[in-house]
Amino acid sequence: MSTTTIDPGAIPRERANRREVLQDWLPRIVLAPSFAIILLFVYGFILWTVYLSLTHSRMMPVYTLTGFDSYERLFAQPSWWMALKNIAIFGVLYVVICVGLGLTLAILLDQKIRIEGVLRPIYLYPMAVSFIVTGTAWKWFLNPGTGLEKTMHDWGWTSFHFDWLVNADMAIYTIVIAGVWQATGFCMAMFLAGLRGIDGEIMKAAQIDGASTYATYRRIVIPALRPVFLSAFIVLTHMAIKSYDLVIALTGGGPGNATELPSTFMYSYTFTRNQMSVGAASAVIMLMTVAAIIVPYLYSELRERKQ
Amino acid sequence: MSGRVETSMAGGSTVVTRVVIYGLLLFFAAVFLTPLFVMLITSFKTLDEIRDGNMLSLPQNPTIAPWLSAWGTACIGLTCGGIKGYFANSIMMVVPAVAISTLLGSVNGYVLTKWRFPGHKVIFALMLFACFIPFQAVLIPVARVLGMVGLGNSIIGLILVHVVYGLGFTTLFFRNYYEAFPTELVRAAQIDGAGFFQIFRRILLPASGPIIIVTVIFQFTNIWNDFLFGSSFASGDGVPMTVALNNLVNTSTGVKEYNVDMAAAMIAALPTLLVYVVAGRYFVRGLMAGAVKG
Repeated sequence: MSTTTIDPGAIPRERANRREVLQDWLPRIVLAPSFAIILLFVYGFILWTVYLSLTHSRMMPVYTLTGFDSYERLFAQPSWWMALKNIAIFGVLYVVICVGLGLTLAILLDQKIRIEGVLRPIYLYPMAVSFIVTGTAWKWFLNPGTGLEKTMHDWGWTSFHFDWLVNADMAIYTIVIAGVWQATGFCMAMFLAGLRGIDGEIMKAAQIDGASTYATYRRIVIPALRPVFLSAFIVLTHMAIKSYDLVIALTGGGPGNATELPSTFMYSYTFTRNQMSVGAASAVIMLMTVAAIIVPYLYSELRERKQ
Repeated sequence: MSGRVETSMAGGSTVVTRVVIYGLLLFFAAVFLTPLFVMLITSFKTLDEIRDGNMLSLPQNPTIAPWLSAWGTACIGLTCGGIKGYFANSIMMVVPAVAISTLLGSVNGYVLTKWRFPGHKVIFALMLFACFIPFQAVLIPVARVLGMVGLGNSIIGLILVHVVYGLGFTTLFFRNYYEAFPTELVRAAQIDGAGFFQIFRRILLPASGPIIIVTVIFQFTNIWNDFLFGSSFASGDGVPMTVALNNLVNTSTGVKEYNVDMAAAMIAALPTLLVYVVAGRYFVRGLMAGAVKG
C-alpha cells in the first residue's frame, strides 16, 4: 500500500498504521450508508410488505399474523382477476408491438437515411415526457366527443365510430396504443444500436453470395440481434408490469374497472378502499413476477461480465 | 452496414424502395408527433375555436391567455393559483434529489470498481435489483415511515424517497463507467501517496463529465416525471407538478377548459423536453445504460 512514501521517521509508527487501517476501511465506510439505505428501504420494506400481506390490516397496519387469508381474499376479488386479465392482454400486445415496430423502424432507419438525425429524436421523445402530460392529449384525442371521431365527422365521414376509450370491452386497447406510442422509440434505439454493432463484412459477404435483402435480414441480421431481443423483452415486460401513469392519465382504471391493472388495483385497495393487507398481497405478487423475470437476467449479465 | 442492403437491387426498384422507406419513416414521425402537436396548438386556441374547429387545424386567433391562466389562475382542488406553486414544488424536489443521488452514485461506483473488497459483487447485485422492483412493494412501509418521522406530505420526504430509490441507477451508471477507467492510474497515484478521496477528486472526477451528464439527465427526467410517489406521499399544496396537472385535467366542475389543460401540460413537459432537445444524446445513453447492460 502507500507505506513507501511515508517517512517512518516523520510519522510515528502507530499513527502510520492507524492511517493505513483507515485507508483500508475508508471505501467500505463510504459505501456503507448507501448499502444500508438499500438494505433497509428496499429489502427491509419488501419484507415489511410481505409481513403485512400475512395479516388482516385494513386502514392501519395490524401485526397479528393470519396466514394466507389476504391472498385468498385477493384471488376472490373479481377486479383482481380483471387486473390479471388486463395485464396479460396489455403486456403481450405491448411487448410484441413495441418490439415489432421498434425493429421495423430501426431497420428502415439503418438504410442510410439522410434525415436520421431528425427522425430518431422524434421517435424517442415520448420516453422523455411524463405520460401524465401526453395522456392529456391522448385522452382528448381518443374521446369520441372531442377527438378523432369528431374530426372524422367534421370531415364528412359521419359513420366513423371510435369510442374505445369509453367502451368497457375495448378500453384496454387504448392503453396498449398509448403504451406502444410511448415505448416504441426506446425499442427502436435499442435495435438500432444492435444493428450498428453487426459486422458489415458479414452482410457484404452474404450479398456477394447472392442472398436477397430479405434473406440477409432473416438469416443473418435478426439472429445476430438475439441479445437485443432478450433485453427488449425483459425491459418492456418489467415496464408493462410497472405501468401506472398510463392508466391513471387515460382512463383512471375505468370505465368501471375495465382497465384495472395490478398497479392501480394495489393503489386503490391500499389507499382508498382501506384493504391494506389485500393491497400488500397484490404488491407481493407483482414483485414476485418482476423478480422471476429480472433475477435470472441480471444473474446471467453479471456472470458474463466476469469472463 | 448501413445502406449496403439496397445496393443489390436493380436501379428502378431502388427508387421505389427508397420512397416507401422514407414514406413509412415520415408517417411514423407524424404519428409520434401528433399528440405534442395537438397539445401545442390547442393551448393557443380559444374555447370557441376548440368547440367549433378541427383538432388538427392551426389556431385562427392565437392567444396566450390559456398559458397565463394555467400558470397563475387556474383552479386545482380548492385553490385557484394556477400551477406555478406546484412547478416550484417540483423544482425544489428535483434539484436536491438529483444532486444527492448523483453524488452518492459516483462515490459508490468508485468504491465498487477501484477499491473492491470481498463481497462487492453481492452488494452491487443487491443495489442493481433495487432498480427494477415495482415500487408498489415498498409503498405502504414508506408511507408509514414518512408519517412516523413527520415527513408525510413534505418536499423533504419526497426528496429522500427519490434519492433512496434512484440510488441503484446512479450507482449502476458510475460503476459501469469507472469499470472502463484504467485502474493502473489509480494504483500509480496510490503509490505516490494519494489517498482515497484525493484520487477520486483529482483523477476520477475530472474524467467523469459525460457520465455525470447522463446520470443527471436520467435522474432529472425520472424524478420530474414521477407520479406514483408524488401522489402517494404528498397532498394538497405540497404535490409535485405531475400530480397537480392530473388533478387539474380531471377536475369535473365547471366548463372544461381544454386549452388551459393543454397549456398546463405543456408547462409541465417543458423542463424535460428542453433537456431532451439540448442533450438528447445523453438521455438516450442513460436509457440504454439502464436497460441493455446490467
